[in-house]
Amino acid sequence: MPFIPHTADDVRRMLDAVGVADLDGLFDEIPPALRAGELTGVPPGMAEMEVAGLLGARAREDANAVSFLGAGAYEHHIPAAVWQLATRGEFYSAYTPYQAEASQGTLQLVYEYQSMITALLAMDVSNASLYDGASALAEAVLMAVRANRRAKSRRVLMPATVHPAYRRVVRSICSNQGIALVELPYCTACGNVVPESLERFAGEDVAALVVPQPNFFGVIEDVDALTDWAHAHGALAVTVVNPLAASVLAPPGEWGAKGADIACGEGQPLGIPLSSGGPYFGFLCCREELVRQMPGRIVGRTVDLEGRTGYTLTLQAREQHIRRSKATSNICTNQGLMVTAATIHMALLGAEGLARAAGACHANTAALVARLCEIPGVEPLFDRPVFHERALRLPAPADEVLRSLAAHNVLGGYALGGDYPELGDAILVCATEVRTAAEIDQYAAKLGRVIAARTQARCPVPPKI
Amino acid sequence: MSTVPSELKYVKTHEWIRDEGGGVVTVGITDHAQKLLGDLVFVELPEVGSQIQAESECAVVESVKAASDVYSPVTGEIIAVNADLADAPETINEDPYESGWLFKVQLADPEEYERLMDADAYIQLCAAENE
Repeated sequence: MPFIPHTADDVRRMLDAVGVADLDGLFDEIPPALRAGELTGVPPGMAEMEVAGLLGARAREDANAVSFLGAGAYEHHIPAAVWQLATRGEFYSAYTPYQAEASQGTLQLVYEYQSMITALLAMDVSNASLYDGASALAEAVLMAVRANRRAKSRRVLMPATVHPAYRRVVRSICSNQGIALVELPYCTACGNVVPESLERFAGEDVAALVVPQPNFFGVIEDVDALTDWAHAHGALAVTVVNPLAASVLAPPGEWGAKGADIACGEGQPLGIPLSSGGPYFGFLCCREELVRQMPGRIVGRTVDLEGRTGYTLTLQAREQHIRRSKATSNICTNQGLMVTAATIHMALLGAEGLARAAGACHANTAALVARLCEIPGVEPLFDRPVFHERALRLPAPADEVLRSLAAHNVLGGYALGGDYPELGDAILVCATEVRTAAEIDQYAAKLGRVIAARTQARCPVPPKI
Repeated sequence: MSTVPSELKYVKTHEWIRDEGGGVVTVGITDHAQKLLGDLVFVELPEVGSQIQAESECAVVESVKAASDVYSPVTGEIIAVNADLADAPETINEDPYESGWLFKVQLADPEEYERLMDADAYIQLCAAENE
């Protein structure tokens, strides 16, 4: 599909047709005080050769290191066929087409994606994807507040065990919409939200409870009790889940007596490379009763006049091109290319392959934690089961330790002290299925040396130079 | 031409109002409105017990073309909603003034009904909109 921008001549003719002198004239109705100023942070243009050199240098900064870093984005094996197929001309575009432009093949692929992700999470409905996990959670919160008509308060309980970046995004998107986010503390011994601690909200008006699984610390939350608590108190259960974990843990649709109401999360573990932080994609699923509050696009399967199977965008009546400011969301697009890769990835691995990858991640992280905890002073922070990440306490400043490891081409984990000062010198470590036993041994040996250098008493005799 | 029963009252946002006695009214959308919307596929009704204000949004009717707000013609408390519409929203297309009713309101001010537009005025309003 060619994209041909307007020529200066086209623009002139259109302006003449509507009787406006120049492009700025089209924006006259916007008061000057509300207009954005000139872009000042954009550097001058560069030649292709310079750009390739610059980006190559940036990419090399992220290459070569052996990563034990998770904290929301995970290095997984992606079968070569995934991106070989996703980059075929029929699929490969950064642009997500509108209804009139979408081919039947693209629509069918999105339909297959929706079918797979709902099967994985045991939910009724999925949309065609959103931008990333954090914005998916924000949309899930907005959706829950719209959908929960029993609750008048627009209060949402948000555990501190939800990814800190996700909480910031949710705050940015929801704070100007009159939604109050109430932060729930976690148990510092176990690293989870204790369901009994919610009792102080009993009798109060709560629109939704957010339930992470696993939570940011990798810890498995007591999702059945949390989901049941939400339903018993007139709140919707909104979950943010790791999709790979959902292949081995109980899926959100089966939590508690009634199942979660809305399930969302980051799709990156399903075939999307880390690539320095994006693009990724968000997924969003819900129970059927809530489908009309779901933002974004949904592809449906139907038959044409001759009875042949066809695919089409459906339930668009509440999108912004029809509902304007009353739309369910201003997102009427999806991450088409990332979803293409994720769909192929899920099709290649199947339910069994995903579960085996998840099991390997869990086993590797357990092996890593066991090795690291042999180092004096290194110990697990929380005493609860985890999926594929665990928080460890270090006997030395976490930032310095991670910097030293990075100098040895090891990304040693995520320092927790910035987001959780109460945890002190703690890091979050992760070993997915791609980490080998040898790499785990090397990490343990390097960490042991780095810590020893910082904790052992210095020799009182100064070295001779 | 749309039907406009003479015994009902109307508002300019195309809802009809029937006096049920005792300060209770039934509200629905007019035949004219359902024709403009086309085939209805979903109806979102207010909660029984909720308080509604005249001229504020209180329900949504969704057709294959668009989701449109229903504005309450009166102020009061919702005392009943037409639950049958959940499974059969097309009832509104088929029978907008009887089985396609939306909700019943206990009026805060029983006199409010009398101040609403009558059928003749509504017919003129629709005619003016069509010009």
